Amino acid sequence: MATRVFLLILLLLSCATSIFSLYEDQVGLMDWHQQYIGKVKHAVFHTQKTGRKRVLVSTEENVIASLDLRHGEIFWRHVLGTNDAIDGIDIALGKYVITLSSDGSILRAWNLPDGQMVWESFLLGPKHSKSSLMVLKTLKVDKDNVIIVSGKGCVHGVSSIDGEVLWTKDLAAESVEVQQVIPLHDSDKIYVVGFAGLTQFHAYEINAMNGELLKHETADFSDGFVGELALVSSETLVALDTTRSILVTVSFRNGKINFHQTYISSLVKDSTGIAMILPSTLTGMFTLKINTLKLIIRVTGEDQLELVEKFDHATVVSDVLSIAEDKEAFAVVQHGGNKIHLQVKLSDDWNSDLVKESIEMDQQGGLVHKVFINNYIRTDRSHGFRALIVMEDHSLLLLQQGKIVWNREDALASIIDVTTSELPVDKAVSVAKGEHNLIDWLKGHILKLKGTLMLASPEDVVAIQAIRLKSSEKSKLTRDHNGFRKLLIVLTKAGKIFALHSGDGRVVWSLLLPSLRKSKVCDCPTGLNLYQWQVPHHHAMDQNPSVLVVGKCGYSSNAPAVLSFVDTYTGKELNSLDLGHSVAQIIPLALTDSTEQRLHLLVDADRRVHLYPRTPEARTIFQQEFSNIYWYSVEADNSIIKGHVIKRTCIGEVADDFCFESGDLWSIVFPLESEKIIGTVSRKSNEVVHTQAKVTSDQDVMYKYISKNLLFVATVSPKASVGIGSADPEEASLFAYLIDTVTGRILHRMTHHGAQGPVHAVFSENWVVYHYFNLRAHRYEMSVIEIYDQSRAENKDVWKLVVGKHNLTAPVSSYSRPEVVTKSQSYFFTHSVKAIAVTLTAKGITSKQLLIGTISDQVLALDKRFVDPRRTVNPSQAEKEEGIIPLTDFLPIIPQSYVTHALKVEGLRNIVTVPAKLESTTLVFAYGMDLFFTRLAPSRTYDSLTEDFSYALLLITIVALVAAIFVTWILSERKELQDKWR
Amino acid sequence: MGSGRRWAVDFTDNSTTPSSRDIPDPPGFTRASQDQDDSTTSRQKKDAEANWKAQKAWEVAQAPFKNLLMMGFMMWMAGSTVHLFSIGITFSALWQPISALQGVGKVFEPYKDSKVDLLGPKLLFIALNLGGLALGVWKLNTLGLLPTHASDWVSSLPPAQEVEYSGGGIPLH
Repeated sequence: MATRVFLLILLLLSCATSIFSLYEDQVGLMDWHQQYIGKVKHAVFHTQKTGRKRVLVSTEENVIASLDLRHGEIFWRHVLGTNDAIDGIDIALGKYVITLSSDGSILRAWNLPDGQMVWESFLLGPKHSKSSLMVLKTLKVDKDNVIIVSGKGCVHGVSSIDGEVLWTKDLAAESVEVQQVIPLHDSDKIYVVGFAGLTQFHAYEINAMNGELLKHETADFSDGFVGELALVSSETLVALDTTRSILVTVSFRNGKINFHQTYISSLVKDSTGIAMILPSTLTGMFTLKINTLKLIIRVTGEDQLELVEKFDHATVVSDVLSIAEDKEAFAVVQHGGNKIHLQVKLSDDWNSDLVKESIEMDQQGGLVHKVFINNYIRTDRSHGFRALIVMEDHSLLLLQQGKIVWNREDALASIIDVTTSELPVDKAVSVAKGEHNLIDWLKGHILKLKGTLMLASPEDVVAIQAIRLKSSEKSKLTRDHNGFRKLLIVLTKAGKIFALHSGDGRVVWSLLLPSLRKSKVCDCPTGLNLYQWQVPHHHAMDQNPSVLVVGKCGYSSNAPAVLSFVDTYTGKELNSLDLGHSVAQIIPLALTDSTEQRLHLLVDADRRVHLYPRTPEARTIFQQEFSNIYWYSVEADNSIIKGHVIKRTCIGEVADDFCFESGDLWSIVFPLESEKIIGTVSRKSNEVVHTQAKVTSDQDVMYKYISKNLLFVATVSPKASVGIGSADPEEASLFAYLIDTVTGRILHRMTHHGAQGPVHAVFSENWVVYHYFNLRAHRYEMSVIEIYDQSRAENKDVWKLVVGKHNLTAPVSSYSRPEVVTKSQSYFFTHSVKAIAVTLTAKGITSKQLLIGTISDQVLALDKRFVDPRRTVNPSQAEKEEGIIPLTDFLPIIPQSYVTHALKVEGLRNIVTVPAKLESTTLVFAYGMDLFFTRLAPSRTYDSLTEDFSYALLLITIVALVAAIFVTWILSERKELQDKWR
Repeated sequence: MGSGRRWAVDFTDNSTTPSSRDIPDPPGFTRASQDQDDSTTSRQKKDAEANWKAQKAWEVAQAPFKNLLMMGFMMWMAGSTVHLFSIGITFSALWQPISALQGVGKVFEPYKDSKVDLLGPKLLFIALNLGGLALGVWKLNTLGLLPTHASDWVSSLPPAQEVEYSGGGIPLH
């Protein structure tokens, strides 16, 4: 009976048509999508109207977005290109958002409610200069706000209705570098001030309507300026002289320019260190920074300076906000222990506070980096203030009435590296919420049954969908049987580590790494990579898994490295090390010590190799394998690949047991005039390959050449390395190499004439797929190279194989000169590509899919069978049975095979695949500005029932069958008895 | 029919004493004459039965031949691709001869007789069943389910381990 049921199920499953896409009601069941914007650079509030209150922000990730002020959700968002940095953002006419980007050369207007682009203007100028954007709101002519843009050495007046450039003043022609544009209240005039050279100060008075030059004054200041200006009032400026020790007050009232000098030392006693004027718009005051101090200095009278307040460096002052006719307010945020103190002051009265609040910060977000304030009228007609603050960890918070209204973790927009960690096995923690009593369970299943039998009413369908979506099963904090629940550990540019739950994408814990924070020791620390440091699964089960974070201090190649070890269950930093050496490469070895800590080699800029963990045990393990460990370095600029061998422990001043010298073993020098390295890719170290043999349709065997030490290198002619269109097809070629990194042997070389980069490639098992541009065909192409081991092909004697007399599984050395054959094929591909990945499964049995991140920020799944070099135009019957698809010149793009279905992963940078415990399934995490996670089964879930399988139906069927058996048995007994009596 | 009977009426009354019966012999019936050729008739009868048994045994022994033809036809119908139908047929083609071979003794038990030589029929029966088995195996092979190729033995061989380990890449920035 059981086998029959099983066979029946098997039959049903095998009859099901092949579906790789999702149904509409499956969206959100196993995937999640999160949108982020990045660290906010500038914010403009829009709260005047009675409609939805919003804040418009521009970020360091080149995003402009409109956020809901109540919940912090995104109304709309635009991601500009990577080199289209935003310089300014403002609102014009109360309905357009104006952005200035690309160093003041592109001005765009976006519709405020829905984010549609209204117009775009290109402002050209002769040279690079500081850029600024200003909308003259007080000045209205024919219901038009004039936008004044300075940038590229020019000043432009632009109409805000259609983006028409009204006038242009080329000040670069007079070699004046524009520093500031100053609007004059209640008139249509503006002042433009700037420096010519170091010493000459220029002030222009310009009619904002037509660009007519009304006045032009110049004055010389013999000591020279350093180019920082603070506007104090509409006719007074403060600058620093070249020695940065004298503050110069510049007043240009009534067409006369006066300079007045004040020594900084006369204001502050301890004035050693570099002074800087911080950009601010405080009326009558400016901010000066010396060392770690921030000074607020007021200008009284015409040119008298007076120190108002001294703050430490962590204090942040907001821009000024006009709250009434003649009143202006600004905010000051200071740190105090776990709290931050927000004060809002009037600009003409320092000592009184409009608002003084202390806000408890529930988690360590670091220092406040920026604050923006906005006011609202309370019911009692007094002014209330809300403050938007940007923290060191790139998070964005809205504070109102002493509370955090909402909090956005925008560090997740800038992920550097991702790794995964298993969840705890502990059953005690797994208290399921919701669906826990029998009645609920039964109700749920009966609903599902109704759905299966098409009896469900529309309300029931909604209820079914709700049950499926909020299933508590997927968000539990324990390990599951199928390995679907994992922690995604991500390292972000902010130096903050997050653990995201793979079930629903929530942040389980986050940690702003102390070692990656700005400190006295390290001015600009950067995170580099994440590695799995300790993964206990056989030994040391009492210990939690941990990850290794590698960072370095500064951007130069010999900056000292920083290591940090973080427990992935608790999110606590276990240990951190400031290393005395730099880090150029990190090589995780295939060796672990008795506590399952993985051995890592850190190669420094001087090619010395350092072993971590620094324990005697690790050293012993390493020395046993010592002679078989090699490393290679790719110098893309010089087009050289070098192989190294580890020789002996370091000698000299860095003598230490865990440091090893390395020697050169081989080098491949590509001719610089004809080949430049543009990409390398090797196999993922965690990839599992199930078999070394590939069986073809005619029962023949091909042995795959499977080696972890293979490197795919793509080189192009130098002319073709810049960008598409830079080279003619005749002078552009692309070369693909397969190199053994132990011996430096080139196993395969291939030339694509008339092709050029950028090259995106993925290497898995014994094949490489790479994507490039074909200049002759004006199309993108994808090529595949498969590499087979010919020297094993003689193993054809069945009897030898039956009794196991073969050497197919004996360890192989790269030095045993392999005889390889390669097969390759090329296809046209419609899209340009941002990233390529391949699905990984636990045992490597399941067939593979390529995951292609397209230029439209979507992820496309392409079956590996489409990039099989054995495809022919007319495959034989046997080949068709094997699954070989007839050759076509284009790779098909099936709309249903978009993994991201209707969503976009804005700014897609990388796709990471992680095997689940269930062989058929792989977990996919794509990140960029947005995060997207889903589960894929390239050959469908052949090893489990689908999630919407109706167990109730199965149960009811079984019960009905058993009942039927009983009834018929009773009936037949009765009939037999009657027959006997007859 | 030997042991296969459940009841029998023996019309050959061999009793010699009429007194044992309360019914008198019918007129014209002489008990003595019957007694006289009793031994000859029983021998004849036994011979006939042995003949009949031998004949039957040969028939039983030839029965798998029809089966064989039937199987061949079914296999031809099933085709050479692996699916539920062809697998079912092949396995029944394998199972039938095996089960028949297991029960060779039982099949020929009714025909067991000291006078009947069952070796011939048995050998034929076994040969025909073996033929059926061979047909099944051949079918299995045409379906590609027999491990006769090198590919069947290496298809799940794990990749060989590598002696050397190498890592590295483009230096980090």
